[in-house]
Order: sequence, then structure tokens, then C-alpha cells
Amino acid sequence: MDYLDALESKSICVIREAYQKFKGRTGMLWSVGKDSTTLLCLVRKAFFGKIPFPVIHIDTGYKFPEMYEFRDRLAKEWGFEVIVARNEEQLACGMGPDQGAKLDCCTELKTNALKQLIDREGFQAILLGIRRDEHGIRAKERYFSPRDSQFQWDYEHQPAELWDQYNSFLNESEHYRVHPILHFTELDIWRYIQREKLPLVDLYLSRQGHRYRSIGCVPCCSPVASPAASIEEIIEELQLTTESERAGRAQDKENLYTMQKLRSLGYM
Amino acid sequence: MRPFPIVITGHVDHGKSTLIGRLLYDTGALQADRLAEMRQSSQDAGKASEFAFVLDAFEEERARGITIDTSQIYFTSARRPYVIIDAPGHREFIRNMLTGASYADAAVLMVDAVEGICPQTRRHAKLLALVGIKDICVLINKLDQAGYDRARYLEVAAQVRDLFAEFSGTPFAIIPISALTGENVASRAREGGLSWYYGPCFLEALDAIDTPAIEERPFRFAVQDVYQHEDGAVLVGKVDSGRLATGDQVAVWPAGAAARVRAIAKYPAPDVGAASYGDAVGLFLDLDRVPARGEVVAGEPAPETVSLFGATIFWFADCYVSGRPVVIRCATQAVAGRIELLKVYDPAAPDEELDPESLNIGEMARCRIRTDAPLVIDPFASVPELGRFVIECDGVPAGAGIVA
Ligand SMILES: Nc1nc2c(ncn2[C@@H]2O[C@H](COP(=O)(O)OP(=O)(O)O)[C@@H](O)[C@H]2O)c(=O)[nH]1
Ligand SMILES: [Mg+2]
Repeated sequence: MDYLDALESKSICVIREAYQKFKGRTGMLWSVGKDSTTLLCLVRKAFFGKIPFPVIHIDTGYKFPEMYEFRDRLAKEWGFEVIVARNEEQLACGMGPDQGAKLDCCTELKTNALKQLIDREGFQAILLGIRRDEHGIRAKERYFSPRDSQFQWDYEHQPAELWDQYNSFLNESEHYRVHPILHFTELDIWRYIQREKLPLVDLYLSRQGHRYRSIGCVPCCSPVASPAASIEEIIEELQLTTESERAGRAQDKENLYTMQKLRSLGYM
Repeated sequence: MRPFPIVITGHVDHGKSTLIGRLLYDTGALQADRLAEMRQSSQDAGKASEFAFVLDAFEEERARGITIDTSQIYFTSARRPYVIIDAPGHREFIRNMLTGASYADAAVLMVDAVEGICPQTRRHAKLLALVGIKDICVLINKLDQAGYDRARYLEVAAQVRDLFAEFSGTPFAIIPISALTGENVASRAREGGLSWYYGPCFLEALDAIDTPAIEERPFRFAVQDVYQHEDGAVLVGKVDSGRLATGDQVAVWPAGAAARVRAIAKYPAPDVGAASYGDAVGLFLDLDRVPARGEVVAGEPAPETVSLFGATIFWFADCYVSGRPVVIRCATQAVAGRIELLKVYDPAAPDEELDPESLNIGEMARCRIRTDAPLVIDPFASVPELGRFVIECDGVPAGAGIVA
């Protein structure tokens, strides 16, 4: 079995385990980016072409127009339903990245939008496309990570996780974050996308000398200078770079522990 | 190429996190912004560059100067890619150390040259042996603090050999280093205090470990779930051991009913014809009954079906009192049972025999486990995936064990 097959198999086992344990109370977050689109592809494989649970898009209203277009197109092509979660109340109040700290904006438009959805729909497991190599904090994640009723990540007391035995014990109003692609690196993702010929938002490809390495909300993402206009070129470029992927993300720059705070507040 | 997973273990403060930070830094593998972040956070804490902060990313870890949870970081040497797993050295975080070690094929055991062997050095060495990690590289660290004293290095190295002899092991290298200065980490320190040492540096030793070959083992596939498919029931799971081909004769345990493999599905292919170790596949069997999660599809020689078996266990939760009900999780099986403790000991002080009625965090025991329903197992040495298990107490993983 080759290396990408091994990564894929591990992910598929985690996905099936989550569904086996939480059945109809399972959902997955799809940001429309490369990682969660890879996750979506793996979910499809795990269930022989079907996606048996809701696919959730957390819409801050500030995403790139290309992302909305891609979202609707792929949903139609692969035949799955997307639940769009928006914090309408805060959006109506004009919440945005210019209103106070960026941390507040992420908290309201992402974390709280998800909170409202989980409360409403009663999800017990949410699949997320995060990876260990994204950030020092993410390097400490488990595959199955319990979150309490306040959405807090009790990272000082994470349960043991070994030999593919995933913790799934739920206290009242808790839920699990499940991370099926935790072991993929950024380069692995691109190699997998290449092998599987996955459809992708073209913001990742270079236009006029710039491309996005990581996409999210328009005001908080900056492109990097890069001539890589194809997946092959991106793979080549990544093997040489010493810049990290999130370098273009505003969130990580505000404060050293912003990521930890966002994570502990339940941000994905 | 699959990154080679290696876990860094040892007593608290012996320099594990520093070693990894240093290795990444000296080989230029540290991404620019991670390096800047490490510098900034060290400065904020009023320290010179604290290499441990590359791994110790939690605010609490940096404030307290300790590692609380295990983390993984990727690194590529001239020979191959690695995933380096940092582990905490406190007894109270031993579950996190074990979590990290469970992913590793090889290990480093760090020993402070000044302090010598400490309780967690012993505990970690025994635990690595228990989970079957055979390739262990010992680093005698902080030689700078020990005045680069060769006699001290030899003394600690002898203690290390004695420790390994307790479980019939041998470290494949014992290297004097300074994680702080980087001597003998990524390159040999030919000049300066360690010039009396002629052996390989840490990175060379690491690159010399051969990737363990996947051994030929009997076929095992623990059913994870069953889906209704247009072609009938499909059993999903991963190949826990061995290999399988379409048309093979297998048996489904614990009943032992014979069956033939009709197809091995891997979407979008309806039949890939064969599957090997680690493959997540769907099996279509010719069998008049649909098996359930926890049943084990197996080849020859057959696994054992038991409701009483001997084991060595390791406890990483709060106190366990004899007789309390537990759940044994082995592959996809989950069975209620009870532990009959025979001999309880602290791997950090193996000569003392402890109260056989209770188990505390960090202790090990020889025991018998009695289950309410049959369990399909193998000896750990022949099929690791069915020879090891996690013990759950009140819904939470509390211990781990090996079928003996
Ligand atoms: N003098 C000296 N100090 C070291 C060396 N390696 C680590 N340290 C220091 O020992 C302390 C503990 O190191 P750390 O890496 O956090 O240990 P860990 O608990 O094993 O991860 C830190 O203050 C390090 O700077 C070394 O080789 N020499
Ligand atoms: Mg440490």
C-alpha cells in the first residue's frame, strides 16, 4: 500500500468510527477550502459514494464570491445538501473585521454561528478538516476531541487516545470534534488532490503572480507572491518554501495565543 | 514516502522538547514564522531562545516550562521524512506520553547527565518495551552542564544498560549530547568538550534505523460497521493484520463460521481483488448471516476465543479498586469484564511489591481478565492489533494492556 493510500485509509476509519458512534447526530463542516474539500471526498469514499450526514457551511458573509459559487456547484455535482449557518443577529448589527478586534469577529461569525446550529440541530459529532502541521496548537489535537457545554476545549485534560480506540463518552450537552485528516500535511493534501483529481476553488492557483495558500474571509486573507498556476507547480513550490501556510492569515498575527483562545472557545 | 514516526521520551526536564526544537533549527526545518514565534514567546517569558517552545505551544506549558500534552511535528533529513512525537515527562501526564508512544515505530530516551536515571526514565523505558517498541536510542543530555565529563557519561551509560537488562533490551546507541548547544544533535561535535566521543551524532543514529518490515502475519479484520449496499451487506473495517484476496476462505469469529470472500470493495472500485495491512475496505462475504461490529473475520491460524485470559496492564488514570467493572476494547470489540489483579508493581521501583487490591496512576500489573462475553484475541507477539487492548472505566480510557 502506498503512502497516500495509508493516509486515506486512516481517515476513512476515523470517519466511519464517528458515524458508527453518533449516527444521525453527525455533521461535517465544509469551509469550501482545500482541506475540508479533501475531507468531503474521503467521506464520500467511506460511504461508497453517499454522504450520509449534513454538510455545514459556516457563512460569515465575508467569503470570496468564488467560494460561494464553488460551494453551490459542487453540492449540485456530487448531490449533497448544504446547511448554511450564519449568525444573522450579529450580521444585522454590522459585525465585521473592522468592528473591534478580529478575535470578536471570528467568535461571533464562526464560533457562535456554529454554536447556534449545534444547539438547534443537536449534533453530537462535528467532523472538521484540521491538520497537525498547521500550527503548534493543532499539533496537540486528538482525532476525537470532546467539547463541553460551554464549547471549551479542556486541553489540559485530553483523554488518552491509542490503538485506534477513540473516546466517545458524552456528558450531557457535550459534543465531539472529530478530525479525520489530522495526520495529513499541507503537501500530502496537495498530492492527494492531484491524485484524486479533486475539484477546487481556483483562488489557490496563481493569477498575476499571486495566489492564496489558505482561504477564508476576504478581509483577513492575503495572497502570497507565487507563480504556481497548477497543482503540480504548487507541489513543487511547497517542497522549497520555509514560509508556513497560515502566514497570510490575520488571526494568527494579532497575538501569540489567539489560536489557542479561538480553539478553546470552540473555533475550528 | 511515509514519515518514520519516532517518540521522544524521558524524565521531566531532561531536555526532550529542547532536543526537537534544536534539531529542527539546526537542520533549517523550522518554518520562518514558527521560529519568529518561538523567539518572541521566549523573549516575553524573559528567556533566551527557548527551543522547547516550538513544541510547547500552549500558554500554560510555556508559563510553567513543562510539556503537558504530546504533539507531532514533521521533519525531513537527508535520508527520509520523520514525524517526531514529543511526550510529556510527568507521571500525571503519562496517558499523554502513552498516546504519543502508540504512534511510534522507534523511540529516544533522554537522560540528564547530571541527574542520571530518574523515576520517569524507568517508567518510560518499561512502557516502551510493553507496547513493543524495540528500537530505542538513548541520549545522555546536558553534557555541557556536566562539564563534558567523559567518566560521568560512561557511568550513566552503564546505568542505562542495567535498566534495559531488566526487560532484556539493549539500546541501539547511547550518545552524549547537549540539546542546548546542539553538540552531537544534528552534526558531530568534533571539537570542544565532546571531542572524546567518536560515535555517530543523534541524527546519524536516527537515519540508521531501518523501517520495520511488515511481517507476514495471519489475516485479521475486525468488523467496524455494516452498511446496506445495493449488492448486499458490506462489512467495513481495516485489515488489522495480514492480507486477503477475493475468493479466499475465511472464518468469522467468535462463532467461527466459514465464509468465502465475494468481493473487496474500495469506492469507486466494486472489487479491488486484494487488500493488505492497514487498508480500509468493505468486504462482501458469502455467509447466510450478517455479522455485527466486533466480530472478527480471520484466516489461518485462527485467533483464540476467550472469556478469561492473562495480561500485563498499565494504568494511567486515578486509583482503581479491585472488582470495579471495566470495559475491554480490543480492535472493534467492546466487552464488559473484571480485572483480577495478581501482582501490582511500580515500573519505576520494580523491586517493591504493592498492594494487590488497587492500581494507581503509572503502575503496572500482572492480571487475569474475566469478560462477560467472548473476546477474540491473539498473543501480542503474533498479532499486535488483536493482542492489545484499552481498559475503560466509567466511559473513559483508564489503562492499556497486552495479552500475555
Ligand atoms: N545546560 C543545558 N540545559 C538544557 C539542555 N537541554 C535542555 N536544557 C534545559 O533544560 C530545561 C528543560 O528542558 P525541556 O526541553 O523543557 O525538557 P523536557 O521536560 O524533557 O521537555 C530547559 O530550561 C532547557 O533549556 C542541555 O543540553 N544543556
Ligand atoms: Mg517537554
